[in-house]
Amino acid sequence: MKGEFLFFMQFVMTGLSMGSIYALVALGFVLIYKSTSILNLAQGEFLMVGAYFCLSLTIDFGLNFFASFAITLVFSVVLGLLVERLVLRPLIGEPIISVIMVTLGLTYVLRGFVIMVWGNDIRQFNVFPQEPIDLWGVKLTYLYVWSMGISFFLLSVFVLFFKYARTGIFMRAVADHQTAAQSMGISVKRVFATSWCIAAVVSSIGGILVGNIAGVGVDLGYVGLKVLPAVIFGGLDSILGAIIGGLVVGVLEFLSAGYLDPYIPAINEVFPFIVLVLVLMIKPYGLFGTEEIERV
Amino acid sequence: MLAVNNIEVIYDDVILVLKGLSLTVEEGKIVALLGANGAGKTTTLKAVSGLLKVENGEVTDGTIEFMGERIDNKAPEEIVSRGIFQVMEGRCVFENLTVHENLVAATRTLKSRKEIQARYDMVFHYFPHLKSLRGRLAGYLSGGEQQMLVISRAMMARTRLMLLDEPSLGLSPLLVSEIFSILKRLNQEQKMTILLVEQNAHLALSIAEHGYVMENGKIVLDDVVDKLRENEDIKMFYLGLTEVGTKRSYRDTKFYKRRKRWLA
Repeated sequence: MKGEFLFFMQFVMTGLSMGSIYALVALGFVLIYKSTSILNLAQGEFLMVGAYFCLSLTIDFGLNFFASFAITLVFSVVLGLLVERLVLRPLIGEPIISVIMVTLGLTYVLRGFVIMVWGNDIRQFNVFPQEPIDLWGVKLTYLYVWSMGISFFLLSVFVLFFKYARTGIFMRAVADHQTAAQSMGISVKRVFATSWCIAAVVSSIGGILVGNIAGVGVDLGYVGLKVLPAVIFGGLDSILGAIIGGLVVGVLEFLSAGYLDPYIPAINEVFPFIVLVLVLMIKPYGLFGTEEIERV
Repeated sequence: MLAVNNIEVIYDDVILVLKGLSLTVEEGKIVALLGANGAGKTTTLKAVSGLLKVENGEVTDGTIEFMGERIDNKAPEEIVSRGIFQVMEGRCVFENLTVHENLVAATRTLKSRKEIQARYDMVFHYFPHLKSLRGRLAGYLSGGEQQMLVISRAMMARTRLMLLDEPSLGLSPLLVSEIFSILKRLNQEQKMTILLVEQNAHLALSIAEHGYVMENGKIVLDDVVDKLRENEDIKMFYLGLTEVGTKRSYRDTKFYKRRKRWLA
């Protein structure tokens, strides 16, 4: 019994570490959707570019990993600003579907840029020690523990930021009623730019963490696709939903890999999507998505 | 304080809404802007607050000056920084934010915590009922509470001129009179200048010192309130009274309105 429980906990803990990274990337989706009503399909590519940039600084330029990490964050802010200013801002006022299609185009541009600069080989960071830590019988590598720690720390920071910081409240105000926010002196353009910056930063961090676990390659862009069900599951416009959705998708992925994979190979890749469909049939707005408040 | 000089406003490059509108608002006064639906009252407020651009509108001619400086076609955030705050029609609270967060959202122009706290206290001095609702989502407030909240947001910012658009919309007469008495107190005690757009002419003229009447994108009449109240056209069109002070039937007024227009 104890062995079975440990086996179960092993998958839950690994799933939680991976899920916390998904939650971080999901936060990027939610931020942009909340403030601009745009579903950014290039989120996965932000993640890939961040991972490649950090890898290049660490391996090619021989910088310390943590220095590379910090420089990548600055690079992500610039990337987010550039995308917002050059690609999205000229499209303000255009139909939402056009803007979403532009983000789809952006995925190909960023992917092409990565292949052009860094090629398409899968490369490894090899920064963290490989031997596992024993947590009451559950074995996790340093990498998973670090990933979980960094992700939960950042998620807590963002939750507090949106709840208590004035800029966070301004951002939520813009998401709630853009014109009213403008009438109160909140700069909508600045909020949009901030959203894109934060989204690029959290994606890059997610990319670096996933890249450490699975290697850095152009396929990292597909993590964005995997996070999308987590976002929809939690509710597209809910920060809490993104966090819980990310964790749930991570845990489901690893539990299905542990228990169902021997019977149905590669079920872990689709299992979270099956659960997503079932949840949406019962709660179309996702678990925590905002339903319109109607006064009676 | 505010001088709107002969402005012309066009939406979408073709729809001419304001056609040479001029008005002034003196510091410390309440000025009422009356007019029928579609006259251009809200557009006038938006031209001053810079919100025209949001709806693809533009001041194409004339000037708007606030404290001697031109503000026409400036961004809304810059105009709010100068002390002009528009309280929009239909209340427009942030439904998914609490009352407290709605108030914080209006503090972009404030720098110190001390100043924010002082304004917070001032809001609850004038609207004590809101204090018990601080943690409640604004979307679940009643219409009257929402109207109090949006006026409070203007008080949270460093507002010198409040542009108030239809504050009585959809509220009971009792609540409206309470809100208007608080507006009068704000004006007298905090020296807040108010440009009030209101369909209810009785109410507007009861607290204002000066009034403007708009028709078809122009000011057709303006005077101090006491004189406006005595004006036959105002009595006829806005107060629904005949010369001897008795109420006139809606049918007659409608007929008269159709026959006689100031700008026919």
